[in-house]
Amino acid sequence: MASKSNFTNMVVVLTSICLVCAAILGFVYSVTAEPIRQAEVAKINNAIASVVPEFNNNPSEEVFEVDGAQVYPAKMDTTVVGYAVKIKTSSFGGPMQMMVGFDNAGNIYNTSVISHADTPGLGAKMTDNNIKLRTELVGINPASVNLSVKKDGGDIDAITAATITSRSFLKGVDLAYQVFLKVQSQN
Amino acid sequence: MGKLKLISDGIIKNNPTFVLVLGMCPTLGTTTSAINGMGMGLATTFVLILSNIVISSVAKIIPDKVRIPSYIVIIASFVTILQLLLQAYLPSLYETLGLFIPLIVVNCIVLGRAEAFANKHSVCDSALDGIGTGLGFTIALTVLGCVRELLGSGSFFGLKLIEGDGMLAFILAPGAFIALAYLMVIFRKVTGKKA
Repeated sequence: MASKSNFTNMVVVLTSICLVCAAILGFVYSVTAEPIRQAEVAKINNAIASVVPEFNNNPSEEVFEVDGAQVYPAKMDTTVVGYAVKIKTSSFGGPMQMMVGFDNAGNIYNTSVISHADTPGLGAKMTDNNIKLRTELVGINPASVNLSVKKDGGDIDAITAATITSRSFLKGVDLAYQVFLKVQSQN
Repeated sequence: MGKLKLISDGIIKNNPTFVLVLGMCPTLGTTTSAINGMGMGLATTFVLILSNIVISSVAKIIPDKVRIPSYIVIIASFVTILQLLLQAYLPSLYETLGLFIPLIVVNCIVLGRAEAFANKHSVCDSALDGIGTGLGFTIALTVLGCVRELLGSGSFFGLKLIEGDGMLAFILAPGAFIALAYLMVIFRKVTGKKA
């Protein structure tokens, strides 16, 4: 059983446990720091690749910022074929990050949800690529439709039982479109 | 004491979820699907085995009055290691479990086993106890996840079995309580315990 406590052995034992733990944690951190960074970069790159037409540059290296949103230009041999816009917004369960891709004509090429905190089985359905909310958006120009859910008099079908998530999603798309328009007017 | 009994005790006689009813926060929070429940169970098992091993081997040199802070530091270190490893090598699981990984630190099961078992038994027995308790927790969470996923979204381990939306309540917190209560009743009936 444990030894009798006195001031010295309590201080010595607790201090040494903390020191050993800190050393081990520092070591694990240094080993995993690089893979964690790579996993995050890979996630962004996957999101970019899924929302813009085919490209052969490295959009992550040419990223620039407009109104606090990251814009990733996708280029095929120096010609811009589209822009991926990373938007931070908030949804039902908290902050969410999404990527919206536009082609040169300003049509939505595709959308992708990077991170969110919504209810699994409800709002989390927005990560499903085949959900109507997202397939309906593909190929349309945000200027030509009313970007809100049908319940609010818009043109888009909301996810069943996840109207708040659908609203936030469409708000994100709209924000991304505003950023895209700004980018286009600058060129 | 039979070595096998140490493992089976954790699964049946002292099942952390169905018998001891410990660690309810992650149980209810992460079991929205079978795979999430299993991920959380295995993450907790990892921490439980390692913390049991370390605590049982250092228990003799830790003065009685600082044993709880010492155990917490050891458990917290393993949880942080687990968190970094998941973030680096299994980012998708890390995202689904999210906030519940750091919360393993305060999971009563881990500290409970350290205090009730690991500091009184040998390293080997403590490791087996960790495996048993961890497996008991994992099985409970996986079963609960299966039930909720099947009723709530009509799928099994992500495989869509029934078209449509299912009973949404089971994905949300009330369904977790209902499903857990029924599973507890079934578990007690099967193992012959009186409530």
